Amino acid sequence: MKAHRRQPLYLAFLLHRLSGLGLALFLPLHFYILGTALAGAEAFDAALGWTEGPLIKVAEFGLVFLLAVHFFGGLRLLALENLPWSNRHKNYAAVAVAVAFFVACGFLLRAV
Amino acid sequence: MQGSSPIQVKVWRGDADGGDFAEYEVPQQSSQTVLDVVTWIQRHADASLSYRFACRVGMCGSCAMMVNGIPRWTCRTHVNKVKQDNRLIVEPLRNLPVIKDLVCDMSQFFEKWKRAEGQFGGDGSRQQPVAAISPAEPARRAANAAIECINCAICYAACDVVSWNPDYLGPAALNRAWSLQNDVRDRRHDERLQAVSADGGCLSCHSQQGCASFCPNELNPTASIAGLKKMATGSFMKKKYRQPHG
Amino acid sequence: MVELRLYLAQRISAAIMAPLVLVHLGVMIYAIQGGLSAEEILARTRGSLLWGGFYGLFVLAVAVHAAIGVRNILTEWLQLRGPLLNTVCWLFGLGLWAMGWRAVAAVVGFQ
Repeated sequence: MKAHRRQPLYLAFLLHRLSGLGLALFLPLHFYILGTALAGAEAFDAALGWTEGPLIKVAEFGLVFLLAVHFFGGLRLLALENLPWSNRHKNYAAVAVAVAFFVACGFLLRAV
Repeated sequence: MQGSSPIQVKVWRGDADGGDFAEYEVPQQSSQTVLDVVTWIQRHADASLSYRFACRVGMCGSCAMMVNGIPRWTCRTHVNKVKQDNRLIVEPLRNLPVIKDLVCDMSQFFEKWKRAEGQFGGDGSRQQPVAAISPAEPARRAANAAIECINCAICYAACDVVSWNPDYLGPAALNRAWSLQNDVRDRRHDERLQAVSADGGCLSCHSQQGCASFCPNELNPTASIAGLKKMATGSFMKKKYRQPHG
Repeated sequence: MVELRLYLAQRISAAIMAPLVLVHLGVMIYAIQGGLSAEEILARTRGSLLWGGFYGLFVLAVAVHAAIGVRNILTEWLQLRGPLLNTVCWLFGLGLWAMGWRAVAAVVGFQ
């Protein structure tokens, strides 16, 4: 990574952009699987069956993390753009990642 | 320091059509700055090297260059603090076209300053008393926090939105616009707000704070731009609500 | 000022989604215990005006928000501009909204 980018708030930006992109690319798949319910509960169950393996659980952990980190990071940005300025944004960005990870772990512990 | 090993310095040589790095071996000296290194190269190794400097004491901003990928005032950058294994890489500022070697063309930087309406416009005259503005007033504090910009373009070189969006006005121009929007003597607030709310204006900033990380005067253009965002969206929403319903 | 309208649409859709995302994260963490089943999910959503309204709003907001986010990526990182950029983003946004509405209809049962 270029030297001038190796600083926390650039990484926060990158994480926000890539998590958003990841979620945007995931959503069509998500909507497709939910849409199988149009053909009835059995069809929906069959589709949900694809999501049972351990690798899928790890992927779901990743997706929950992406959603949570994009959410908490987004709150930080809404605050930055609408509330009085704070010099603590490096701290807020770190907290956002930490809480998102905690939330994703909570999901994983219940998923296994 | 004399007697220690020389530093290997890669310096970008070329012009608008392209170029490449040239390598020089420069003797180390105590308290040596990167500007000292570049000057030594021109005086002892290669007189054809072009570079800019003026005050050489950290007041004018003319000597700004990329040092190991980071935009810095070379007169205030000690070699000891930035060399990696006795190596240095010196390049012209990022995001600006190159004229020759380490000299870049600052025209677009100043064009964007003008496009952001970065000029003060008052309606006072010498017949009137000096404006009585307390330095403690919130608007004056905001203006003062942003006012020490000397147009060195380090923030412009650091900004990735500048490199991704050619229309983006950039941190320095927007920071100046913010300081003027907070100047109660200025009469051009409306047209300036229009200018900075347009495409390529303050709304393009992604708050990466690269500008704030590297500004040698410790300014924070991201904070200024956040203030402009509030002004721009607030003004837009007020105008929307003031419009009669049809 | 196109950029200003897109900026506001993205921030407003974000603000709308803030509580929706919190609830959705909560539902996911609640529902994943013991695995996902059609019966469990549909028992919650079938015929529910509440969930229909909730996810209906969510899907509209996310289509707007994601399309504008993708627009920033396409223009800044891939240097797309003009009609091509607008077409791609409109297609993505409308496509996402359509698929989303289909998903809502599927789990709420309005065929």
